[in-house]
Amino acid sequence: MKKLLPLIAAVALAGCNEGVLDPKGPIAAAEHQILFNALGIMLAIVIPTILGTLAVAAWFRASNVRARYLPDFEHSGRLELLVWAIPLMTVILVGGVAWVGSHDLDPRKPIASDLKPVEVQVVSLDWKWLFIYPEQGVASVNELTVPVGRPVHFDLTSSGVMNSFFVPQLGSQIYTMAGMVTQLDLQADHSGTYRGVAANFSGDGFSDMHFDVHAVSPGDFEQWTNRTRGEGPALDAGAYAQLVKPSAAVTPFTYGSVSPDLFNTIAKAAP
Amino acid sequence: MNLLGKLDWDAVPLHEPIVMGAVGFMVLIVVAVLAFVTAKGLWKYLWQEWLTSVDHKRIGVMYIVLALLMLLRGFSDAIMMRSQQALAAAGSQGYLPPGHFDQVFSAHGTIMIFFMAMPFVIGMMNIVVPLQLGQRDMAFPTLNSVGLWLTASAIALVNVSLAVGEFARTGWVAYPPLSELQFSPGVGVDYYLWSLQISGVGTLLTGINFVTTILKMRAPGMSLMKMPVFCWTALASNLLIVAAFPVLTATFAMLLLDRYLGFHFFTTDAGGNPMMYVNLFWVWGHPEVYILILPAFGIFSEIAATFSGKPLFGYRSMVGATMVICVLSLLVWLHHFFTMGASANVNGFFGVMTMIIAVPTGVKIYNWLFTMYGGRVRFTTPVLWMLGFMVTFVIGGMTGVLTAVPPADFQLHNSTFLVAHFHNVIIGGVVFGLMAGYNYWFPKVFGFKLDERWGKASFWCWFVGFYVAFVPMYVLGLMGMTRRLQHYDNPAWQPWLIVAAIGAFIIALGIACTLVQLVVSILNRERNRDLTGDPWNGRTLEWSTSSPPPAWNFAVTPRVTEKDAFWVAKQHALANGAEPQPARRYEAIEMPTRSGVGFVTAFFAVVTGFALIWHIWWLTLVGLAGAFLATLAFAFREHEEVEVPAERLAAFDRAHPVGVTV
Repeated sequence: MKKLLPLIAAVALAGCNEGVLDPKGPIAAAEHQILFNALGIMLAIVIPTILGTLAVAAWFRASNVRARYLPDFEHSGRLELLVWAIPLMTVILVGGVAWVGSHDLDPRKPIASDLKPVEVQVVSLDWKWLFIYPEQGVASVNELTVPVGRPVHFDLTSSGVMNSFFVPQLGSQIYTMAGMVTQLDLQADHSGTYRGVAANFSGDGFSDMHFDVHAVSPGDFEQWTNRTRGEGPALDAGAYAQLVKPSAAVTPFTYGSVSPDLFNTIAKAAP
Repeated sequence: MNLLGKLDWDAVPLHEPIVMGAVGFMVLIVVAVLAFVTAKGLWKYLWQEWLTSVDHKRIGVMYIVLALLMLLRGFSDAIMMRSQQALAAAGSQGYLPPGHFDQVFSAHGTIMIFFMAMPFVIGMMNIVVPLQLGQRDMAFPTLNSVGLWLTASAIALVNVSLAVGEFARTGWVAYPPLSELQFSPGVGVDYYLWSLQISGVGTLLTGINFVTTILKMRAPGMSLMKMPVFCWTALASNLLIVAAFPVLTATFAMLLLDRYLGFHFFTTDAGGNPMMYVNLFWVWGHPEVYILILPAFGIFSEIAATFSGKPLFGYRSMVGATMVICVLSLLVWLHHFFTMGASANVNGFFGVMTMIIAVPTGVKIYNWLFTMYGGRVRFTTPVLWMLGFMVTFVIGGMTGVLTAVPPADFQLHNSTFLVAHFHNVIIGGVVFGLMAGYNYWFPKVFGFKLDERWGKASFWCWFVGFYVAFVPMYVLGLMGMTRRLQHYDNPAWQPWLIVAAIGAFIIALGIACTLVQLVVSILNRERNRDLTGDPWNGRTLEWSTSSPPPAWNFAVTPRVTEKDAFWVAKQHALANGAEPQPARRYEAIEMPTRSGVGFVTAFFAVVTGFALIWHIWWLTLVGLAGAFLATLAFAFREHEEVEVPAERLAAFDRAHPVGVTV
């Protein structure tokens, strides 16, 4: 056990530099904060409750002759008040966190910023992700590039089955559903490469449906869009019809141009 | 037209050694059991005493046998998932291809909820509720048998799917559009839907039966506020069954219409809306959680009082808390999909409602604590399960409230953190409760106690195994791991998944200990006989009759003046010393006759379900006609009750004396 503990600690620490525990943007940071605030409030009650349970059970064990036996102790108005009050107070606190938090972090709420958000349109396909940049006129598959320090506004839909778009280190996930458009606002504050995942099971190719998010400096983002534009195939109705066919573990690639309004056609169309 | 519908030899997965191995093993067991029954000449006994029995105790036992068998099946799925994920890292595909892995986790969820937890809970209520109410049987004994056998039919269909065809690959929630014909053209989803439709009907009938029994049939003097808390939780649970299961049946009926007749309830085109399915599914699904956990709370309440030698602390609070949970559980379903894009007000409302449920639940924890306070707590196996539950459930409740905070859920939804949370409450709450109840009421049903040493060993394996298996899942969820991954490329996850797999194997040891406990206890039964009917110094009416109770439970209906009626009677007897008890006046009673209608109807339900799954329309008609005729024959039965003469009642009581009568 003594040998095992440092090992576990090492692995645990290694785990801290990814996922929810290592936020890289304002949304993820706020959610991280809320998660640990709520956890803290509850642990203040939960730990004493667990210890109290074990202590009471141990002290009042049948073999303990020093413990008082109170065979008729079955009601106490004061204690009843206490037992309703403790969880109630906790829930009022955490409930407040929940109510305020769900308004502050509403996925549709624009992120306060001096900069105009980057627009990205997301389509979940079987089994890959399509990212369209309508303003830049480019698109990419299984790879998302965003500028650091600037909000990104996502419009999301699906080609067929339901999925969920999720970049743990940037924050909130949101479902993608065919025939509907959901919205999400995220921002990366630090450059780096983050894992993006499909978070709602969507069939056989689901496990390979992850993507890298490259958070790059605004200059690099500009460069990336310029480089991508005019390079590679064009994404039009025909190319989309090819892309929409089920395939798994697709290597990332880009489209040099995108026919305008393609996203709206996808979102409205029956699969 | 093909007489066999979609069925042909390709439906049998002969090329998949893992599947065929499992099928071979199951067939072997079934054949062995049938051979044993034939060799021993037990067919007549089995048919007359068990398969056609309408005795609530026997029906309860059969429910629990089914549940334990399905625990083994569902747990093999769990072991397969844990070992697959422990292996399939960084380029490795493990040993289960996606199509198989997807079926495994779908079957695991479906089986554990519908065919392990539900039958176990219903079996427990079947055995205990009429006894605690001082009754001779349920309100509708034959309907009870129908409910059991419909559950068994569904179980049969789900297990047939292993050998013939496939099971759903959609997860146990079967969300459309994935579960629609377009994306799941195989028979897997049909197996899922038809088996759950059949068992759903059985569960609804059972729910109606219990609500009627509890509200209309209690011992004279037992007002609702003198009823044992387990009966209260059973009432709440069955009210939820009656409220929620029709929603599930209707939802599945709509999905079936989509799949079979080209309707568009949940398709993405022609005006369908898959979000509606998700809402409806959880309108059933959240109450379902409380359908399972409330009776477990009831079991712990009985155990806390009995083994502390004290009445339950705060009885009124407990009853109030139970009924508050019962109502609130219908108002929280949206927390299963905060991430679907509802407005902040909607998410906030459902988040806060969800947390409010934690209040009555917290109250219960404190009331059990104060029940032990001032008591003489005997550390028997049921008490260990109870303490394990109290510690574990508080943690599970906490992570539940955490995921009920919408912005936290935006991060945790569909992660292994969520998986860890619901296993924390279902294993730590429902399973621990059922194991506690199994150890507690076993001597009542069979007349001898279970072995304590193996029982405690089982507890410790489950308890330790649970934490070893699921703490890593919590951590992985925070690291961003999604559920239902057949393989992954993040090497940092693998050590945690290996630990989780070890935890699953420790739980497997716990299950093995439970089986050994049963065998050892049967072998040593003479030593552990319960001759008094009251092995634990109990408080409620079930302990006032002999163990096992006669078919009629109570020769003379008990009269109740206070709650904990049996305890009060015992205290009274103690105070009055050796005062001779008044001679009992025996009167002849009528007991319901046994009936094969449940078994026969269920047989035809399997035929109908199988025929519908494979589109064998003529066989569907045969199945429906058979079930209808069986019911018709039952409706025209000549004898529905048999008389048990007073002398026989008196003779039984003389042969099985109990200390104190109520």
